Amino acid sequence: MLDLRVILPYILVMAGVTYLSRALSFSFFRKKIRSRFLLSFLSYLPYAVLSALTFPAVFSSTGSTGTALAGTAAALLLAYLRMPLIVVALAASAAAFLSSFFLS
Amino acid sequence: MASSQGKRLSFRQGLRDGLPIGLGYFPVSFGFGILALSRGVPALGAFLISSLNLTSAGQVAGLSFITAAGALTALALSQLIINLRYSLMGISLSQRLSPRFTLPHRLLASAFITDEIFAVASSRREPLEPAYWYGLSCPSYLGWVSGTLAGALAGDLLPASLTGALGIAIYGMFLAMLLPPARENRAVLFCILCAAALSCLFTYLPALSFFSSGSGVIVCAVIAAAAAALLFPLGKAEGEQEADRA
Repeated sequence: MLDLRVILPYILVMAGVTYLSRALSFSFFRKKIRSRFLLSFLSYLPYAVLSALTFPAVFSSTGSTGTALAGTAAALLLAYLRMPLIVVALAASAAAFLSSFFLS
Repeated sequence: MASSQGKRLSFRQGLRDGLPIGLGYFPVSFGFGILALSRGVPALGAFLISSLNLTSAGQVAGLSFITAAGALTALALSQLIINLRYSLMGISLSQRLSPRFTLPHRLLASAFITDEIFAVASSRREPLEPAYWYGLSCPSYLGWVSGTLAGALAGDLLPASLTGALGIAIYGMFLAMLLPPARENRAVLFCILCAAALSCLFTYLPALSFFSSGSGVIVCAVIAAAAAALLFPLGKAEGEQEADRA
């Protein structure tokens, strides 16, 4: 086990850089953006971020491609039917867990 | 939207929207706790990392610097690149804040900017209130920190099939945020497919694997959002509505 005193500088550097990357633009950017391109870009960005985070990481999220595919299929179906976030999230887990009994 | 003239976004509404994020975070940070423990980081260290950082990609990258006893400057640089997306999100959110979001509120609230909180807050049409933001942040933060602690303390005790299945929950939540708007809007669908295709290329093409997972995500997202903005610019009226929201 690593000594906490040895890893503390690493943790503090991580925390400091992470905080500044969040705080600076959020706190001090006051201009209203008028550019049509920038406004369009900023409105599409959240979807792009979520999609890039999800794919392909979701396929290896359970440690087994088979159970991950089962969970993804369940999530896609329920999300398409506009179920609430938490229902889709738990159904993905349940499908992955149940399919592990058949796929291992 | 009609709702923009309606009630102010409240703390309670924030709690309601934040609960699925917190529940979604728990299994993910549980996995981070297990990972930290397996790399030799004590439970208290894992707890400190999660409570001071509240980010997945950056923490996983930081963990590898800790175990390799790497240089602190290189660690700072890697964190800067991975977390660059938060700066972009900060600019995007800054356009939407209510006048009650004063500088002290901004300095405190910015600590809780995550991909998920950003996406949920962005999907709201109303101006963002500090109270709503804190409501959104509380369950998310608690879920992330308690999940890490639980994973670091008890991860070894659970069967792998269960901890593995918990790992997909957060992606289920992402899909639930992506599919409904994709059904209604071709531009959003294009943007999502484009980002997913690029992200798969970046992951599976050896030539592009020099991007770490965190910086790869932001590069893909920026390309996809820029392509969508070029091909499907928001209409004049929509654009002004966006600009006048905050």
